[in-house]
Order: sequence, then structure tokens, then C-alpha cells
Amino acid sequence: MTIMENMQDTTQGSPKHCILEFKDVSISYTEGKWAVKSVNAAIKERSITAIMGPSGCGKSTLLRSVNRMHELYPEIKTTGQILLDGKDVLQMNAMEVRRKAGMVFQRPNPFPTMSIYENVLAGYKLNGIKVSKAQKDEIVQKSLQDVGLWDEVKDSLMKRGSFLSGGQQQRLCIARAVALRPRILLMDEPTSALDPIATRKIEDMLLELKKEFTILIVTHNMSQAARISDDSMFMYLGELVEFSDTQTIFTNPRDKRTEEYLSGQFG
Amino acid sequence: MKDKIFRGLLYGACVLVLLLCAAMVYSLVSGSWQAFGQFGFFRFLFSAEWDPTAGKEEYGAWAFVTGTLYTSFLALVLCIPFSLPVALFTGEYFRKTRIASVISSIVDLLAGIPSIVYGLWGFYTLCPLMKSWGLSDQGFGVLTSSIVLAIMIIPYASSLSAEFISMVPNELKEGAYSLGATRLEVIRTVVFPVAGSGIFAGYVLALGRALGETMAVTMLIGNTIQIPRSLGDTGNTMASVIANQFGEASGLKLSSLIAIGLLLFIITAVINFLGKLIMKRQRGK
Ligand SMILES: Nc1ncnc2c1ncn2[C@@H]1O[C@H](COP(=O)(O)OP(=O)(O)OP(=O)(O)O)[C@@H](O)[C@H]1O
Ligand SMILES: [Mg+2]
Repeated sequence: MTIMENMQDTTQGSPKHCILEFKDVSISYTEGKWAVKSVNAAIKERSITAIMGPSGCGKSTLLRSVNRMHELYPEIKTTGQILLDGKDVLQMNAMEVRRKAGMVFQRPNPFPTMSIYENVLAGYKLNGIKVSKAQKDEIVQKSLQDVGLWDEVKDSLMKRGSFLSGGQQQRLCIARAVALRPRILLMDEPTSALDPIATRKIEDMLLELKKEFTILIVTHNMSQAARISDDSMFMYLGELVEFSDTQTIFTNPRDKRTEEYLSGQFG
Repeated sequence: MKDKIFRGLLYGACVLVLLLCAAMVYSLVSGSWQAFGQFGFFRFLFSAEWDPTAGKEEYGAWAFVTGTLYTSFLALVLCIPFSLPVALFTGEYFRKTRIASVISSIVDLLAGIPSIVYGLWGFYTLCPLMKSWGLSDQGFGVLTSSIVLAIMIIPYASSLSAEFISMVPNELKEGAYSLGATRLEVIRTVVFPVAGSGIFAGYVLALGRALGETMAVTMLIGNTIQIPRSLGDTGNTMASVIANQFGEASGLKLSSLIAIGLLLFIITAVINFLGKLIMKRQRGK
């Protein structure tokens, strides 16, 4: 059970403030077929919450509903409430929501026509937020430091990001999201396209980022969930089957389906 | 054995095409030899003189070169505000929908209309309009030709641009959306820069088409041998002067017309080569 040895101790400390709350959230791409069914959950501030489950169970859909990226499919229907800092994101302006909820994708997607520097500041540019040169420099440095990329790229900030390795590109993308100082970071299998060493680096970095940000991460990698997450969700066929602290879900799951999935019997 | 014969035929056909191309270049060069020999390459290119009076014959291509460049570049500029929206519409906004395919087939239809039909339309519909709007004295001229040319090249520019716009990876657009960008901002900061050189190549190739277009322009430009001074002025293009004058030309004049043909060939070849090159580099990425 190497998984258990690596586990973070999350049982200590006072209960944290909840930053994000799903209230009876259901989402369907096609009429009558629910990709996400009546999900209720509250995500704690400055914690890492993992979303696990077999392929097609609705993890990405649920994650993308938080910053309303799921609405890029125009036919999609969402019911319920998704409260970010107590405000329903479904009632807010989508652009505003996306500034508050940063997103990192499965495959690194830095903008190929922009330099590393511009990539980090892309959120400011896209939102028309004016910042002085000094502020820009500061944002770039701070964001790249946050993701542990500063030392590696500080001499080539004006170069395009395409010469970076996959892991570095992904950290650049995280820096790009972090630069806007979002309330929450949404990550959809951010390390699944990376090798184990790059993955490990990002995991360590997420544990650092957690001190400042709340992270919601979809992962297929159970040992990753065990290593870095404080709380874990297990989804199955659109339902949130189980949601508790990671230690409990791995050592003592309530639901039989969770147990079967985590012991590798399906998925 | 059969396979070998087939391969031989294929090779033969390819070599033949190359030979034809070489023969064409050869006959253009040898045909224009007299004119270039008489006037010198640069003097011929940059002189706007065109005097067929026997005894003091003097020929130069400059009036036609400028006419061709004016009409083509003006057509290119005029076609952008129409072809770019069409490209965005079919390549981004309504990508892979029925509306997009209907629109692009209608636009492609424009490419199939024979240029004599464009010429007729320009002659009977556009010219009177230009005259009544006071944009041109007789209705003919650079602007009239450019407008018709612009319509003719819209399908070339828009279909290529749309192709490159629709090739912009979705994950890049999602990346921009996730940072709070609106669709317009995504187009401005991601789609255009990423598809940029492909779009540019589309316009270069469209320009190549405009440069060589003959029939419609000949019917509309007025065919006066002068460097056009204004948009409403009449003029002439390289293709038009050849079409108009080669029938009764001989000797030095014929050689001069062939020399103009060679120049046109070189200009369009360079433009097309550039366009293809940019496009290949973009596709390769
Ligand atoms: N664009 C779409 N149109 C229609 N149905 C979709 C679309 N995207 C996802 N679905 C459906 O919604 C359900 C949930 O998909 P989702 O992508 O959220 O699953 P997932 O848990 O992220 O899977 P994976 O682990 O493979 O990424 C699936 O049944 C899927 O078929
Ligand atoms: Mg997914």
C-alpha cells in the first residue's frame, strides 16, 4: 500500500471555509440524458479536491460547469446552483466567472504566437485589464515563481514557449491561470500527457500552490489523488457517489462502487 | 510487367508536362528577345511609351504594369471586407454546420462563373452605376475593373482563409475562453494570429489570380495606354493589352507584347510561389 504512505495528513486543523458549493447540480448535453446528476458538494478553501471516476462519468462536465466552459456546447442544460463565494456562477457574467476560476487543460496549450511573457499575461490582455510595465514584470515573475518555472525561463521570457518541454509548457499554462489570481483553479487531468518526472514536479508544485489557491482536479491517477488531495470525489454515471476526505475514501469507502473502483476492479 | 508499363506512362506524362512548361518559357523568352534587345530590359520595363508609328517605334511596359498592379491590389483591398467575414463565418462561427456549407458553396459558385459573364455584368450594370455615381467619367476604369475583380477573387481568398481559420486547434480557443475572453477577443488574439500566415497566403494566391485575369478587365478598364492617375481613370493591364493588340501585331510590337507576357508570367509565378510557400509552412506547423 504505497498509496497510503504518501498520503497527506488532512485530519488535523480547524474546519476550513467553503469556497465552492454545488447545490443539486444536473447537466445534460442531450435532452433526457444526464451527464451530471444532482451533485451536492462543498469545496474547502485552500485545499486540493480530486475528482475520480471511470471514463465518461461526468468529471470533466462537472469541472467545466464551475467556470461555465461547458456552455461552449450550446445545447447543454444546467440546473441547480454553483455557488462561488456564495454567488451563483450560473447567474453571473460568464467572462467574470472565468476570471475568478482559472482552468488548466489535459494537454498543455500555451498560445503559440505569444512569448512566454505574453502567455503569462494573456488573461490581462484578453480581458483588457491595463497594467503598468512594472506591474506586468511583477505578475510574470510571481506567477512563474508560483509554478516553479521562473529559474528555468527567466532568461528567455521573450521567446515563444514552443521550445519548452511538455511539463514546462503545462506549468506555463498554470502560471497563465494563476496570474489572474483566481479564487479557484480547475484542472482536468493536467498531468495525463506528461512523463512521471514532470508529473511529480507538478504535483509538488500543486501542494505549494494550495497555500494560496483552492484546487479542484480531475484525475485518473489514483495514486496522484492519494498523494496530493485533501478531499476526494468519486463519480459514477453522472452521480457523485462518494465525497469525503481522501484518507477515508481510500481506507474506508462507504460505497461498494467506490471500493471496487479504487481497488482497480473497473474503470 | 503491366505495372512497369503503367509507371513508364506516368513518368512519361510528368516529363511531358515539365517539357511543355519549359517550352513555354523558352518561346516566351525567345519571342521577347527582340524587344529586350532593342530597348534593354529595364528601359522596356520602366518606360510608359507605346508608340507603334512606323520608323520611330517605341514600346515600354510600365503603363500596363502599373495598371495591372493598381487593379489587382485595389481588388485585393476591396475583397477583404467581404471575404474575411465569410471566412470567419464558415471557419469559426458556424464551423461544420449546414449554414456554413451552404454559404461556402454559394461563394464557391462565384469562382465558377466565366469571366466573360463578369465582364458583361460589369459592362451593362456596374459601368452605368459608376457613371451615375460620378465615380468615373465614362463608367470604365481602374475602380470599375477592381470592383469586378474583387468579386471574382472573393471565393479564393475566403475558402483558403476559412480552411486555416478552422484549423486553429480547439484547445487554444478553449484556453483563451477559460481566461475570460469573449468570442471577439478569442478571434483577435488567438484565431487570427495562429491562422495568420495561412490567411495571408490565401490573399497572396487571390492576388495571383487577379493579376492574370484578362477578359473581364479588358472589357472594363477602358484600354487607354496611360498610367492611371486616379481611381476613375481608364488604363490598361498587361493581360488586356496582349488580348487587344496581339492580333494585328508583328515584328517589334509582337515581340514587345510577348515580353509583357513574360513579365506577367514572372510576376504571377513569384506571387503564387510565395503564397504556396507560406501556406506550406503554415500547414506544416
Ligand atoms: N460534447 C458532448 N456532447 C454530447 N455528450 C457529451 C459531450 N461531452 C461529453 N458528453 C457525455 O457526457 C458524459 C460525461 O462526459 P465527461 O466528458 O464529463 O466525462 P469524463 O468523466 O470527463 O470522462 P473522461 O474520464 O473520459 O474524461 C459522457 O456520457 C459523454 O458521452
Ligand atoms: Mg474528462
